[in-house]
Amino acid sequence: MIREPSALHAAAQILRRDLKLAFRRPGEWLQPVAFFLIVTMLFPLALDPELSRLRQLAPGALWVAALLASILAIEFLFREDGRDGTLEQYALSGHSFAWLLLAKTAAHWLLTGLPLAIAAPLAALGLGAPAAALPGILAALLLGSVSLSLLGAIGAGLTLGIRRGGALLSLLVLPLAIPTLVFGARATQLAIQGDSLAGPLYLLAALGVFGLTLAPLAAAAAVRISLE
Amino acid sequence: MSWAWFHRFASPPYFYSLTLRLAPWLGWPAGLLIVGGLYGGLVLAPPDYQQSDAFRIVYVHAPAAWVSLMSYSLMAFAAAVGLIWRMKVAHAVAAACAPVGASITAVCLVTGMLWGQPMWGTYWAWDPRLVFELVLLFFFLGYMGLRSAIDDVSRADRASAVLAVVGVVNVPIVHFSVTWWNSLHQAPSVMRMQEAAMPASMLVPLLMSFLGFTLYFYAVMLVRARAEVLRRDRGGSWVRDVLAARGKAA
Repeated sequence: MIREPSALHAAAQILRRDLKLAFRRPGEWLQPVAFFLIVTMLFPLALDPELSRLRQLAPGALWVAALLASILAIEFLFREDGRDGTLEQYALSGHSFAWLLLAKTAAHWLLTGLPLAIAAPLAALGLGAPAAALPGILAALLLGSVSLSLLGAIGAGLTLGIRRGGALLSLLVLPLAIPTLVFGARATQLAIQGDSLAGPLYLLAALGVFGLTLAPLAAAAAVRISLE
Repeated sequence: MSWAWFHRFASPPYFYSLTLRLAPWLGWPAGLLIVGGLYGGLVLAPPDYQQSDAFRIVYVHAPAAWVSLMSYSLMAFAAAVGLIWRMKVAHAVAAACAPVGASITAVCLVTGMLWGQPMWGTYWAWDPRLVFELVLLFFFLGYMGLRSAIDDVSRADRASAVLAVVGVVNVPIVHFSVTWWNSLHQAPSVMRMQEAAMPASMLVPLLMSFLGFTLYFYAVMLVRARAEVLRRDRGGSWVRDVLAARGKAA
């Protein structure tokens, strides 16, 4: 007799499966990071390469690029599994659907949010940020990308199965991501100025916790509707 | 307490006849109040001692701002009712709120910009209230975009309802973040409305305008919702009966 796996075990399996699948095709999950680095590189070319002025623009450039890169990546969060019926099996598995989707979103964050956060100090250096600011920038991106992945999961669930849903996805998710952008860019700005950035970091963390509690429920409702 | 009155709203024929009777009772007072309020505000009220005649746009701008928020809340409320009780009529109401709310939000933005040009010297300033209205407009557009992208009506209803509910949870956070964001940048030379009470000759037309815009929104929204209900049930027998009865009367 097959023992029913616990919820934790099921989530761990999904996480492992998604990571394994992604590592077989490293090109795909590296693309958003490459996109992020290219966009941040475009700012000095389009504007003014003088470092003191770039430093002022760096927070905005970093966060807008990070937002766009995460939107680009989130489109594929549920697409394959929705197409081949895996999501339907998750929905029928008897485990909480929201919990399983949270595991999928966590895998997605590990594959896009985490690399973005790790690449961000590099891009920040290019935009004239002092080395002392890099830990703060890393922390802000780590916390902010959690909210972005969770909000993106709702949007990806809603647009699952819609042809050419990419532009619609950005129209749905970008307004929701405004608070993350505001607090994240502010934290980055404070880090570059060498001030204490605890305030906006706490707010980013609060947004992340808020998203962790509610976003999987909304994403589960959205995916269920799209699966019918 | 009996819930029968609530459940009756779920019946499309009942909703149809109710809105048919209700719309003129909302629409005509709305028209009279708006005309009266605008006449009182644009012609009769004295010019403001600081802003002279430019303040008069408040008779359109402030009611539009109020209605844009109200319509978004109503849309999210109707969407939640539709999602929880699986009430098709509520989804039709939510669908009807979006285009009306979006256009009134656009009116609020445009009138705000027209007022900003003489007062602030620029059409657009990154004032938190302006940004918030703009974000609200994007929420409406996203809602309408999602709805139009899904062909199946019942799926479109529920997917857009989830979006509306997520949006309404996010609205206070967005409001807080843009306010906080703005307070850190250099403040534009905003001319705040004087806190002192307005004279009655200014206030009464404003209140008339508020009420008129609100009634106007409900009238137009109900007409749209009625059309939406008809469109959805176009194969239903009650639609045939209603149309036959109207044909006889005409």
